[in-house]
Amino acid sequence: MWLKDSSIGRKFIMSLTGMALIFFLLFHGTMNLVVVFSEDAYNAICQFLGANWYALVGTLGLAFLIFVHFSYALYLTFQNRAARGNDRYAVRGKKEGVDWESENMLVLGFCVLGFLLLHLYNFWFKMQLAEITNGATAPEELATNGAYYVKALFTTGGCGIAYCCLYLVWLSALWLHLRHGAWSALHTLGWNNLKWMKRIKVLGVIIATLTVLPFAIVVLYYLGMNIGIY
Amino acid sequence: MDQYIDIKVRVWRQAGPKAQGHFETYELKHVFQGASFLEMIDILNEQLVEQHKDPVTYDHDCREGICGMCSMYVNGHPHGPDSAITTCQLHMRKFHDGETITVEPWRSRAFPVIKDLMVDRGAYDKIMQAGGFVSVNTGGVPDANAIPIPKPVADEAMDAASCIGCGACAAACKNGSAMLFVAAKVSQLALLPQGKIEGAARAKAMVAKMDELGFGNCTNTGACAAECPKSVSLANIARLNREFLCAKFKD
Repeated sequence: MWLKDSSIGRKFIMSLTGMALIFFLLFHGTMNLVVVFSEDAYNAICQFLGANWYALVGTLGLAFLIFVHFSYALYLTFQNRAARGNDRYAVRGKKEGVDWESENMLVLGFCVLGFLLLHLYNFWFKMQLAEITNGATAPEELATNGAYYVKALFTTGGCGIAYCCLYLVWLSALWLHLRHGAWSALHTLGWNNLKWMKRIKVLGVIIATLTVLPFAIVVLYYLGMNIGIY
Repeated sequence: MDQYIDIKVRVWRQAGPKAQGHFETYELKHVFQGASFLEMIDILNEQLVEQHKDPVTYDHDCREGICGMCSMYVNGHPHGPDSAITTCQLHMRKFHDGETITVEPWRSRAFPVIKDLMVDRGAYDKIMQAGGFVSVNTGGVPDANAIPIPKPVADEAMDAASCIGCGACAAACKNGSAMLFVAAKVSQLALLPQGKIEGAARAKAMVAKMDELGFGNCTNTGACAAECPKSVSLANIARLNREFLCAKFKD
């Protein structure tokens, strides 16, 4: 199968799964932003998604996407290291125009994944999973009260500030990952040429920023609330 | 003004393909900055021969930047710290008095070291043999205007064709990927009407050969294009991706 056996096929899979995950994040981030304007509206969204069949199918789809994206990343990195040969260069000069993040996508990916597990524990565990297990992991009556959990996480004293900082670090890693990932995904699909090279890189930064910004706004909003600015 | 400088050269010495390599440092006194880098290695080798030592083996041929034979990783850069040149076009004025210059061979699984700084780049020839040509019998030369080709397209094909197959792209790539080379070779033909006909088969065959020979997977870091002595553009890689994916979807 060329999607597994050819280098461009493997990159094609990385590109497609990556873009699908960006779309999910855009969707997720937009919904999060609602909590800043109205907690009731946000909880209505939590209610609407909750543990309904379509939300469960979506969750399974996402888990599959992340699994494919990550296992291909490991597979590609393993192959690429082998392709370098046994001896490494003693001196590695800085290559002009080569961004740090493009050479450290796996490291950034691990950062994103590590925080993702924490994030799942913070929210998914207490919300969707609580609903599925009829309250075995957290009180069921709070399962669709997303605003309560967001507030509880980010606004409870020093622990809340620490969580805000952790989430901001996570979002920065994600931004860097997407800054290379977004344009690279388009390039891998062949959607690039001499004229579009610069435009597509700018587009990549815009996509990365638009994806991460809504999440960051929510964290900063609650950080401000925590330290008592308003 | 070019001056005479004293330098130390830290060279990778490896007796053969299977031997364990190591660095050896040599002192060179009174090297003229107007000398080319390869001339400096020649001076070093003369010194080594006088001392009854084994001279440093390295590849070179035209010494004017068009054959693609010279292949040294100098101070962390393929073809040295200057941009858009080959090692033979590098001059000692890029280095200063008292500097230690580190010289390594290309390091890639697909380019095994033969001896010292010389590597076997036959892998690139094998990729070319897999499809980097137009398979028609040569007959009489047709009139140049018989097939009109827009100037920008002709220019882009020519820029892709400027690739000299030196291997700097795979050597610079942290993934050991040969995508820029294959992309240039696919592009120079895919852009022109004569080459378009076999475009799909060519892209598939050359990529398959590249993967078979143990080159890595491209992750679009752009190190290849940054270090390419002929400034072959990264945009060619997008074209190769496009050609390959379209060919696979047509199947």
